[in-house]
Amino acid sequence: MDRKIVIPGDLLSEDTRRAGEGTYVRNGKVYSLLYGIASFRDKISVIPLAGKYIPAIGDNVIGVVKDITFSNWILDINSPYDGLLHISEFPKKIDVEDMSKYLRIGSSVMARVKDVDPAMKVELTLNDRRLGVIKTGRVVEISHTRVPRLIGKGGSMISMLKKELNCNIFVGQNGRIWVSGNEEDMDLALKTILLIEREAHTNGLTDRIVEYIKDARRARG
Amino acid sequence: MDERVFIKDGIRLDGRRFDELRPIKMEVGVLKRADGSCYMEMGDNKVIAAVYGPREVHPRHLQEVNRAIIRYRYNMASFSVEERRRPGPDRRSYELSKVSREALEPVILTSYFPKSVIDIFVEVLQADAGTRTAGINAASVALADAGIPMRSLVSSCAAGKVDGQIVLDPMKDEDNFGQADMPIAITPTGEITLLQMDGMMTRDEFRQAIELAKKGCQEIYRIQRKVLIDRYSQFEDLQDEGSRR
Repeated sequence: MDRKIVIPGDLLSEDTRRAGEGTYVRNGKVYSLLYGIASFRDKISVIPLAGKYIPAIGDNVIGVVKDITFSNWILDINSPYDGLLHISEFPKKIDVEDMSKYLRIGSSVMARVKDVDPAMKVELTLNDRRLGVIKTGRVVEISHTRVPRLIGKGGSMISMLKKELNCNIFVGQNGRIWVSGNEEDMDLALKTILLIEREAHTNGLTDRIVEYIKDARRARG
Repeated sequence: MDERVFIKDGIRLDGRRFDELRPIKMEVGVLKRADGSCYMEMGDNKVIAAVYGPREVHPRHLQEVNRAIIRYRYNMASFSVEERRRPGPDRRSYELSKVSREALEPVILTSYFPKSVIDIFVEVLQADAGTRTAGINAASVALADAGIPMRSLVSSCAAGKVDGQIVLDPMKDEDNFGQADMPIAITPTGEITLLQMDGMMTRDEFRQAIELAKKGCQEIYRIQRKVLIDRYSQFEDLQDEGSRR
């Protein structure tokens, strides 16, 4: 596979049609915009090795309530920008006075980014069966740049994890992961997720993770 | 003029030739709490750069609706020079903060992060002429380390004039007793983002000095690039990272 580490300003291609995410075009040539890993397919894109999560429409995120205003919850979504959850986006009809009964400061929710405007006002929603308030399980935080690796190509890694770990997993694009299952399974799940974060750059990771989980299970008997 | 001799048989006081940089050492990601960081030594200069952000702007009124603002703080430690320096900002460090910020601003894509701020802190731990250039070099690598989108890195070094000779990267004595000092910052494509000078040079000397400083910057750029690439060299064999979702 054609991949290499690049820094901002590195020449990637002389064909502007191949310019993908994390690149820019200048004088008919494609350069890297980021310090990260460039992958050369039809399009050339650069995945950063670090950086802050910037919300995009349709992203699943995990947020923590940090303030309640009239008709809005303000959520920390691990980003320079706060998430706004309007009362009407709550799956149940509730009164303004009762807002803090359902979601108090410190509560975590699995939400989806409904809209981001040019002024970076981030609107969230809970209106989906998979979304909602977090009542059980645990949340672990990794760098959002490692999330694609945790999901894997076409979801290969995440579906393997769910099956092998016997856990329910919700991946927030902002790097927060919710895991739910029995205590032992969750311990292993958290360890596995952190391992994936550490070794996100390495080869044949999915297979190694399968082995890792099997070994851990065997050791426990 | 002083009676000292700075160049003898083409060799300077510290043994360098006129077109030689001082030894450079760089390390990326030295601070765990910062989003990006870099430690740099240029001769006896020791600086550390930390980058935070993009993050929320405080105080609020500084925020810009369509782009990120950049703040750069150049600060010298009280123990960085021979005589204890009074801590805190002074006229000199305000100026250096401003010109250094303006040296980096043109390469950063601030429009990607409206209403936010990118904070750059440069601490000078030990000074020996050329701290602003060392600070810019370190800050530029720290920005890349923080994952901030940039058109390129920025490299910076100075050229000076001592004993009527144009020299690269003057050190303390050459700067103090020399005839001119001219720090520049430049992108690898040759755009100059910082150009200052004190002292006297003829037009020809000025051109010569710019060319010499550009050469120095190219050498620094190679080191900056290498230090960033080498950081992840243990992951030589990379594989599919999968799609975004």
